[in-house]
Amino acid sequence: MSYKSDTKILFKNIDRDDSHKLAVYQGNGGYQAVLKAYGMQPVEVIDEVKRGGVRGRGGAGFPAGLKWSFIPKDDPRPKYLVCNADEGEPGTCKDRDIIRYDPHLLIEGMAIAAYSVNATRGYIYIRGEFYREAEVLQGAIDEAYAAGILGDNCHGKGIRFDLAVHRGAGAYVCGEETGLIESLEGKKGQPRLKPPFPANIGLYGCPTVINNVETLASVPDIIANGGDWYAGLGVENSSGTKLFSVSGHVNKPGNYEVELGIPMKMLLEEYAGGVRGGWDNLKGVIPGGCSMPVLTADICETVTMDYDALAKSGSYLGSGAVIVMDKSVCIVKAIRRLSQFYRHESCGQCSPCREGTGWISKIMDRLESGKGTPDDIDLLLNVCDNIQGKTICALGDAAAMPVRGAIQAFREEFEYHVEHGRCMVG
Amino acid sequence: MRQIQKDPNAGTFQFSETALGEIEKIYARYPAAQRRSALMPILHLAQREFGGWLSQEALDFVAEFTGIAQIRVYEVATFYTMYNLEPVGKYHVQVCTNISCWLCDSDGVMASLNGKLKQEFGTTSDDGRFTLVEVECLGACVNAPMMQINDDYYENLTPEKVSDIIDRLP
Ligand SMILES: Cc1cc2nc3c(=O)[nH]c(=O)nc-3n(C[C@H](O)[C@H](O)[C@H](O)COP(=O)(O)O)c2cc1C
Ligand code: FES
Repeated sequence: MSYKSDTKILFKNIDRDDSHKLAVYQGNGGYQAVLKAYGMQPVEVIDEVKRGGVRGRGGAGFPAGLKWSFIPKDDPRPKYLVCNADEGEPGTCKDRDIIRYDPHLLIEGMAIAAYSVNATRGYIYIRGEFYREAEVLQGAIDEAYAAGILGDNCHGKGIRFDLAVHRGAGAYVCGEETGLIESLEGKKGQPRLKPPFPANIGLYGCPTVINNVETLASVPDIIANGGDWYAGLGVENSSGTKLFSVSGHVNKPGNYEVELGIPMKMLLEEYAGGVRGGWDNLKGVIPGGCSMPVLTADICETVTMDYDALAKSGSYLGSGAVIVMDKSVCIVKAIRRLSQFYRHESCGQCSPCREGTGWISKIMDRLESGKGTPDDIDLLLNVCDNIQGKTICALGDAAAMPVRGAIQAFREEFEYHVEHGRCMVG
Repeated sequence: MRQIQKDPNAGTFQFSETALGEIEKIYARYPAAQRRSALMPILHLAQREFGGWLSQEALDFVAEFTGIAQIRVYEVATFYTMYNLEPVGKYHVQVCTNISCWLCDSDGVMASLNGKLKQEFGTTSDDGRFTLVEVECLGACVNAPMMQINDDYYENLTPEKVSDIIDRLP
């Protein structure tokens, strides 16, 4: 059984042999969309993407077409397009599959985006650990140059677009767009204060569009089939298909492409092989990457996977990483592990985040090991209050939200740890 | 805090011909006025060329070679965890223990490596063959648990598979 139309946009080529090769991509209609775009006015391309309503798949959900429209038109500075392939949010591993199985889809999406904002140079910032993936990507870029798809006369149309891969070197904060830009400039990846936004002052002080891999890979089909077609997929305010990385306690973990709006229960039961030990064994799900609040099993029973429904239920769609936890999981222990992550990854620039992530991690250590005090739970909430909204970038919020969410949903487990010095689940 | 170390055995540094060719390609990727963007790729390359880690002497060489101030090179090298600031073994074994891997028994993977190599995490073996470390999410969560050895990912691990993989390393 599948949900709605079962349309594939991002994974349409993934099962073909040698799907990463140019010949295979072109043999299945690849690089036709960019030709179509080159026949349109740049503003028409942006309008089409706006009509499609695709929202940023990197986590924040900002409408892509709208973002592109912020790039100033009569501005003498060069424009840049940057693809965020940092894929650092724990639980998330979808961009990797696009890159290794269909790199030309990403390149084509970037070529279209670049044309629409008049960017002549693009960079793909890929996390440093994806060494093999960067090789595949470089291979695809080399093929595209050799075929005249990239370079100073793309498709013989007199359009210039140069594209290069830039490898990161192990820093979660470089997934944050301005940290990424700093890193691309050869510096420490410490995020910048916004505004100014990258659309005005981005890479090398120039107007810059930055989008996630999945966002850009959605573009060729929007141009090929039209924005209205794309908007017909999914649900209101959440159009199109989305990759969900389903991990943890399911029988068939994997990356699944489905239309937005799919009931979570259906995603887990029909696609991901079901919760380990059966649906009744479900404890909770983090629906959008580890920075998002956890949802309890009874919410998972009815919630649908779209931006609005998840926000209403108390969490967020985020990057689409669905982390499934069965009843064997100690929530306190899980949050403790995440708090170590944020402490490690805080770039140290803002005091509330640098100090706060350390505090959270220390208190979580105490609670988990049974040495917590009754005040610790409120102290955690207080530390969260003092981080959220008080930092340059959203890493601080990302550290605080899961803690707050877990206390809200599973407070009794935290209290049990304090009272009994050990875990409820044995 | 990650600290830069001196290498008492450091000789003189020199990029190989292949590396110099690669560096030329790296510079070509960025606008002529933005050569500092080449620092991260050049550090990656330097680490490969100079024995798997970056000593203070190696960083000073990169500073001189690129014309970037030493302090800027140090800042970058200490900020990013993939730049090794101390020697690592021939096999750099990095086990992800973040949420999805932890849920899928990364503890078992660690125990298997501990037992097999008789070595604690955070250490390098005396013969310089293995460095074992715990790392954050490596972006392969649906194939948890997983580890990285040098450039390659090993996914959907079980304790038996881990043991097998170690046995097969040359
Ligand atoms: C701490 C932090 C880490 C982030 N990591 C990533 C990442 O790995 N990949 C990504 O695409 N976006 C990441 N983002 C979101 C980016 O800042 C940005 O919103 C995104 O690249 C915009 O592209 P989109 O609109 O296509 O989603 C991160 C944000 C924060 C605050
Ligand atoms: S949690 Fe281990 S690879 Fe993501």
